[in-house]
Amino acid sequence: MNSTVYLDHAATTPMVPAAVEAMTAHLLDVGNPSSLHASGRQARRVVEESRETIAQAMNCRPGEVVFTSGGTEADNLAVKGIYWARRDVDPRRRRILATAIEHHAVLDPLHWLGEREGAEIELLPVDSDGRVDLDALRASLASDPASVALASVMWANNEVGTLEPIEEIVAIAAQHGVPVHTDAVQAVGAVPVDFAGSGVDALTLTGHKVGGPYGVGALLVRREVDVTALVHGGGQERDIRSGTIDTPAIAGLAAAVELSVKHQAEHATRVALLRDDLIAGVRHVVPDAILNGDPTLRLPGNAHFSFPGCEGDSLLMLLDARGIECSTGSACSAGVPQASHVLLAMGRAEEEARSSLRFSLGHTSTEADVRAVVEAIAPCVERARAAKA
Amino acid sequence: MKVLAAMSGGVDSAVAAARAADAGHDVTGIHLALSRNPQSYRSGARGCCTIEDSNDARRAADVIGIPFYVWDLSDRFHADVVEDFMDEYAAGRTPNPCLRCNEKIKFAAVLDRALGLGFDAVATGHYAQLRTGPDALIEMHRAVDHGKDQSYVLGVLDQEQLAHSMFPLGDSTKDVVRLEAADRGLLVADKPDSHDICFVADGDNAGWLKEKLGDRVPNSGGDIVDEATGEVLGRHEGTVAYTIGQRKGLRIGTPAPDGRPRFVLDIEPVSGTVTVGPRERLAVDRLEGIKPRWCGSVPSRLEGTVQLRAHGEEHRAVVTVGRPPQVGSGPPVERTTVSIELLDPAYGIAPGQAAVIYAGSRVVGSATIASTRRVTA
Repeated sequence: MNSTVYLDHAATTPMVPAAVEAMTAHLLDVGNPSSLHASGRQARRVVEESRETIAQAMNCRPGEVVFTSGGTEADNLAVKGIYWARRDVDPRRRRILATAIEHHAVLDPLHWLGEREGAEIELLPVDSDGRVDLDALRASLASDPASVALASVMWANNEVGTLEPIEEIVAIAAQHGVPVHTDAVQAVGAVPVDFAGSGVDALTLTGHKVGGPYGVGALLVRREVDVTALVHGGGQERDIRSGTIDTPAIAGLAAAVELSVKHQAEHATRVALLRDDLIAGVRHVVPDAILNGDPTLRLPGNAHFSFPGCEGDSLLMLLDARGIECSTGSACSAGVPQASHVLLAMGRAEEEARSSLRFSLGHTSTEADVRAVVEAIAPCVERARAAKA
Repeated sequence: MKVLAAMSGGVDSAVAAARAADAGHDVTGIHLALSRNPQSYRSGARGCCTIEDSNDARRAADVIGIPFYVWDLSDRFHADVVEDFMDEYAAGRTPNPCLRCNEKIKFAAVLDRALGLGFDAVATGHYAQLRTGPDALIEMHRAVDHGKDQSYVLGVLDQEQLAHSMFPLGDSTKDVVRLEAADRGLLVADKPDSHDICFVADGDNAGWLKEKLGDRVPNSGGDIVDEATGEVLGRHEGTVAYTIGQRKGLRIGTPAPDGRPRFVLDIEPVSGTVTVGPRERLAVDRLEGIKPRWCGSVPSRLEGTVQLRAHGEEHRAVVTVGRPPQVGSGPPVERTTVSIELLDPAYGIAPGQAAVIYAGSRVVGSATIASTRRVTA
C-alpha cells in the first residue's frame, strides 16, 4: 500500500504522463539544436514547436519565451538583466520596487544588486493577508518615477497563497513607464495567467510546479524590453541566455504548460473543493488554528495555517512520521528553519510565524489525503504543544 | 524504543545513531543548529554547526536509513551557554561551556522536546557507559577508551536525564569506531575530531571574549604583579585573556630572579590585577564547590577521585557534602555545598571550572568550583 500523503505540491508536483512522454521521446535523439545538419534541425524544430506551444498557452509571442534552467534563473535574469539594461540607458534608474514577501529567488538578487551594483531596493509593505499595499506603490513611484528601474511583484505568494493584484500594479507602473516583472511559478496552471493580457513585461514560470521536469523554466519577456545577459556564451536564447538548449526538458516543459493551462479551470475547481474541506476539517478538530493568507483570493491548492503553541517543524516531523508530507513554508539554509519572512511581513510575531504549516494540494490530491490530515492533525498538534511546554 | 539521535556531523554521533538503529530502536536523527550565523565550511577541527556539518549529518542519516531533521536551538544555546560563558568570564571565572551545553541543551532542551514528541531517549556519540546499578538506578561510568572518555562533560546529568540517555560508544575505542564508520560506508569516518570551544570559530578565546563582551569586559587592562615581591612586572590588555595556571602570553620583560617560568596565580577582575608567581604556588589542596549535580543518590562523605578539567588527571580526594540548615524557601539542592579535600595537590585550578566526582569508574556528580585553598608551604 502506498501510504504517503503528499501535500507539498507547491514545492514540487509530480510530472504528468504527457510531459514524461514528451521528454523521454527525445532522450535518445542526437542533435544540438544549434547545429546546422539534419539532426540539429530536427532538435531545433522540437524546441521551436515547444516555444510556440508555450507561447500559445501563455498568450505571448514565441520570440518572447526565453528558456532557462528554472524559476530561480529566470527571476535572476529578469531582476538583474532589466535593472542593468535600464540603468545603462539612464544612470538615474537605480530604484527597484518589490514586495517584502517575494520569493528568495527575487529577494536575494535584489539585495545583491543593492550591495554590489548601487541599486536602491524598496520593499513595499503588505497587509495582514499578504496583499501588497497599492498606495505605497503609488506613492513610491510618484515620488521620483524617473529613478525607478523596475518593479517586481509575484503573481501569487508561494507560502500563504495570496494572489497579488497584478493588473492594478501594471496599471500604476504603466503611468510612469516602469516595467513590471512577476514571478508566476505558483500561479501558472492554478489561476488564469495571460501574459499579453496582464500587461507585465516579464514573467517567470518553471517546469516542476506545473507537472513538467525539474531544471527547466522560462522567462517570458516582451520583445521591447532590453535584458542584459546573466550567463554568457553562445547566446542561444535571444542572446540574453547562453547554454546548450535542453531539448527533452523543453519538450516536457511545453507539454506540462500546455496541459496545465488547458485544464486550469477544472483543476482549480476540484482542488479548491478539497482544499476547502481540508481547511474546514482542520479548523473543526483544531479550533484555534489560524488560516493565513487571503481567505478567498488565494491559490486553489493552498492551505496555510498557524497552530498556536506549536513549533511548525515539530508538527512537520510528527506528520512525516505518519506519512503525511507538508512544509513549514519557510526558507531553509542548511535545513535550519527560520521564521518566515512572509509571515513577519504580514505583521505576525516570530513565535506565530514559527508555528505555521503549509499544505499544498495538486493534481494527484484526493479526498483520502484530506481525510488523513484531518485525522492526524489534532493528536500531532497536541504532541507538538507538549513538546514546546 | 523511539530514540532521537543527536548527530553533529561527526563520526562518533553517526556511529552512535547507527548502533542504536542496529539495536532495533526506532531512530530519528537530528542535527542541532546552535549557531545564529552558521559558516559554510568548517576549518580543521574547529567550529561546529557549519552547513557542511549539517550536510554530513544528513548524509550519515541517509546511509543509516533513518529520518533526519534539523532543530534550531540557536536562541537557547545563546542564552544558556554563550551568555553564561561570557558572564562567567566577565566575573573572572573560567567556565566549561561543554558541560553547560550538556546540562541545558542536549539533555534538557532537546531531551524535553524529544520526550514531548513521544521519544523515549536521546542518543549521543559521547564516550561514557551507562549501567543499571544494584539499587536499580542508572549509573554512568567512564568509557572503555580512557583517552576518549567524556564522562567529565556529562557529570552534570541527573538520574532523570540519565534514564533517558543512550551512549552507544562507551564500550568502544575511537579506533574501533572509525573502522566501524568506514565499514558502514559513513563518509565522515576520517573527519577530524573537534576540539576547542565550538562557538569560538578561530580558537582565539581572548579575542572572541573582548569582541563579544564589548563594554562588559571586567577591565581593559591592569598590572601584572609578582606575588612574592609585589613588584609590577608589566601591563596587560584585559584579564579575559588570562586564566589561572596560564604561562604563555604574559609577555613579562624581566625574567624571574631564579630564572624559572611564572604562572598566573590570581586574577582580580575589578582592579584588573593579574598576580603571577612560580608553579608551586599554584598548588591547591582543597576546593569548595557550589551548584552540585548528582547522578544518583547524594553522598554525605565519599573517598574517591575528582577530575578538574576535560581529559585531566584524576586526583584522590575526600568529598564532603554540606547541607546547611534550610532557611527560607530556596531549593535545597542549590544551597548544598561540596568540600573537596585533595590528597594529591592540583595545579592551575580556576573558579568556574567543574569538579567531577568519581567512585572508581562511576560518576557520582559534579560541582562548580567556587574557591580553592592554596597549599601552604
